[in-house]
Amino acid sequence: MSKKIRILIAKPGLDGHDRGAKYVARALKDAGYEVIYTGIRQTPEAIVKTAIQEDVDFIGLSLLSGAHNELFPKVVELLRSRNAGDIIVLGGGVIPEADIPGLKEKGIQAVFTPGTPIRDIIAFIESVKR
Amino acid sequence: MTIVQKLAQQVLQQNTRAIARSISLIENETDSAQKESLLDALHSYCGRAVVWGITGPPGAGKSSLLDRFIGRLRRLNKTVAVIAVDPSSPFSGGAILGDRLRMQKHATDDGVFIRSMASRGHLGGVAGATADAIKVFDTAGFDFVIIETIGVGQTEIEVMELADLVLLVLVPGLGDEIQALKAGVMEIGDIFIINKKDLDGANRLKREVEYVLGLQENCTAKSTPPVCMTSATRDEGIDDTLSVITDYLEKIRGNGQLAARRKDRIEKELRHIASAKIMASAEHFLNIDSRLDSWVEDVFHKKVSPYKLLNRKIGEFLKELHWQ
Ligand code: B12
Ligand SMILES: Nc1nc2c(ncn2[C@@H]2O[C@H](COP(=O)(O)OP(=O)(O)O)[C@@H](O)[C@H]2O)c(=O)[nH]1
Ligand SMILES: [Mg+2]
Repeated sequence: MSKKIRILIAKPGLDGHDRGAKYVARALKDAGYEVIYTGIRQTPEAIVKTAIQEDVDFIGLSLLSGAHNELFPKVVELLRSRNAGDIIVLGGGVIPEADIPGLKEKGIQAVFTPGTPIRDIIAFIESVKR
Repeated sequence: MTIVQKLAQQVLQQNTRAIARSISLIENETDSAQKESLLDALHSYCGRAVVWGITGPPGAGKSSLLDRFIGRLRRLNKTVAVIAVDPSSPFSGGAILGDRLRMQKHATDDGVFIRSMASRGHLGGVAGATADAIKVFDTAGFDFVIIETIGVGQTEIEVMELADLVLLVLVPGLGDEIQALKAGVMEIGDIFIINKKDLDGANRLKREVEYVLGLQENCTAKSTPPVCMTSATRDEGIDDTLSVITDYLEKIRGNGQLAARRKDRIEKELRHIASAKIMASAEHFLNIDSRLDSWVEDVFHKKVSPYKLLNRKIGEFLKELHWQ
C-alpha cells in the first residue's frame, strides 16, 4: 500500500452555499483521494485543528459569500502558527479575479472560480503533492 | 534517537501532529519496518484506555450519538479519541469521510481527537489500520477510544475483536430490522441502543430485540445484553445509556471478562502477525528463480502431483528458513 493523498474540504464562515463544496468533494473522491468533509459554518480555528488531526496534505476552502479575503488568509496564518505551514491551502467559489493575486500572496496557492472543470483542480493537486 | 523513536516520544507527550502522523504511518504502510518499531515503542504504554466500538446500519445515528457521548464524557473531564471508519470506493480507491461532520462542535476542544479513516479495501467494517491506531491514542493518554464502524452485516463484525465493549445501534423504520436481527449480528452487541426513539416503531423494535435476545440467552448462557433507547437529535436517553455502559464496564472489569477479552485480542493479533509474516516469506520462497513457473510445468505435464511436490518442497522451505 502506498501513501494516499488526504484532503479536507471546508467551508469557513457563515456562508451556506454548499453545493460546490460537496461537488468538489465527490469529484475528488472519484479521482482517488481521501476527502474529509466537515460541513458548513466552520471557524478557521476548527478547520486548522481538523486538518492537523486528520493529517491532510491539502485544505480546500470554499466560499461564495464574499468573505474570502478575510477568512482564507486567516486559515493560512493559523496553520503557520501551529507549525503546519506545510499543508497546502487552495480555495474556490465566487471570488472576483481581482482578489486572486492578493490571496496568492497570502499563501493560498490556487483559486478556482465557478465553472472550473474538475480536471484543472486535479492537475493542480498532482503538480504540487508531496 | 531514530525518527520513529522521537515520534513515539512525542506521542507520549500528546503532541497532536505526532499522533496524527503516527496514524498515517500505520495506515500507509509504505515502510513496514518503521511501523513495527513505532508499535514496539508504544507497546509498554498501552492498555489504559477504555475502547468502545459503535456499530449499526448506516444512518442509524452512530455519529450523532457519539457527538452526545463525547459531550458527556468531556463534562466528566475525560479525554476522548474517535476513529471513524468509512468505506473506500472499490473503483477509485478514494473516499468521502463524513462522520466527523456530526461531531464537529468538538473540533476545537483539545480533549477530543477525531480521526477519519478509510477502509482501503479491508473487509470487516473497520480499516486494516484501526487496531494499531487505537494503540497510538492509548499511548497518548486518551481515557476513551471509540471506534465507529462503516456499518454492520454478517462480515462486518471485526470491531468485536478491537473493543472492550460494542454498542449496537438499531433504528426503527429501516424496514429490514428483523433481517438484521436474524443475520447473526446480534451476537456482537454488548449493549443495544434503539436510537431515534422519537420515531414510530421504536417501542416495537425494542420488544422485538428483547425477544430475540431472550431466545439467544437460552443457548449461550451469556447474560442478556441491556437494551437502551435514545434520541440523539433530541438529546434524550443519553445519560441513562451512559450509566448502563459504565455499569457494564464495571461488571466486566470485576468478573475477569475484560481481561479475558483483551487476551483474546492479543491472541488474534499474534496469529494475524504470524500468518502475515509467514505468508510473506512463503511468497518470497515461491518466487525465487521463478520456481513456481517450473512447478506449474511439472504439474501440467503430470510429472508430479501437487501434494507430492509441495510436501517435499515445503520441507526445503523450512530448511531455508532455518526453522528446523
Ligand atoms: C444555488 C445558489 C444558492 C442556493 C444555495 C444552495 C446550496 N445549498 O448550495 C440558495 C438558493 C440557498 C442560495 C441562497 C443565497 N444566495 Co446564492 N447562489 C446560488 C448560485 C445561483 C449558484 C451556486 C452554486 O451552487 N453553483 C454550483 C456550484 C457547483 O458551483 P460553485 O459553488 O461555484 O463551485 C465551483 C467553483 O467555484 C469551484 N469551487 C467551489 N468551491 C471550491 C472549493 C475548492 C477546494 C475548489 C478546489 C474549488 C471550488 O469548483 C466548483 C466547480 O466548478 C450563485 C450564483 C453563481 N452563479 O455562483 C448564487 C450566489 C452565490 N448567492 C448569492 C447570495 C447573495 C445568496 C443569498 C445571500 C441570497 C439572499 N439574499 O437570501 C443566500 C444566502 C444563503 C446562505 N445561507 O449563505 C450571491 C453571492 C454574492 C457575493 N458573493 O457577493 C451569488 C453569487 C448570486 C449573485 N450573483 O448575487 N444561493
Ligand atoms: N429522528 C431522529 N433522527 C436522528 C437521530 N439520530 C440521528 N438522526 C439523523 O439520522 C441521520 C444519520 O445520522 P448519523 O449520525 O450520520 O448516522 P450514522 O451513519 O449511523 O453515523 C442524520 O440525518 C441524523 O440527524 C434521532 O435520534 N432521531
Ligand atoms: Mg457515521
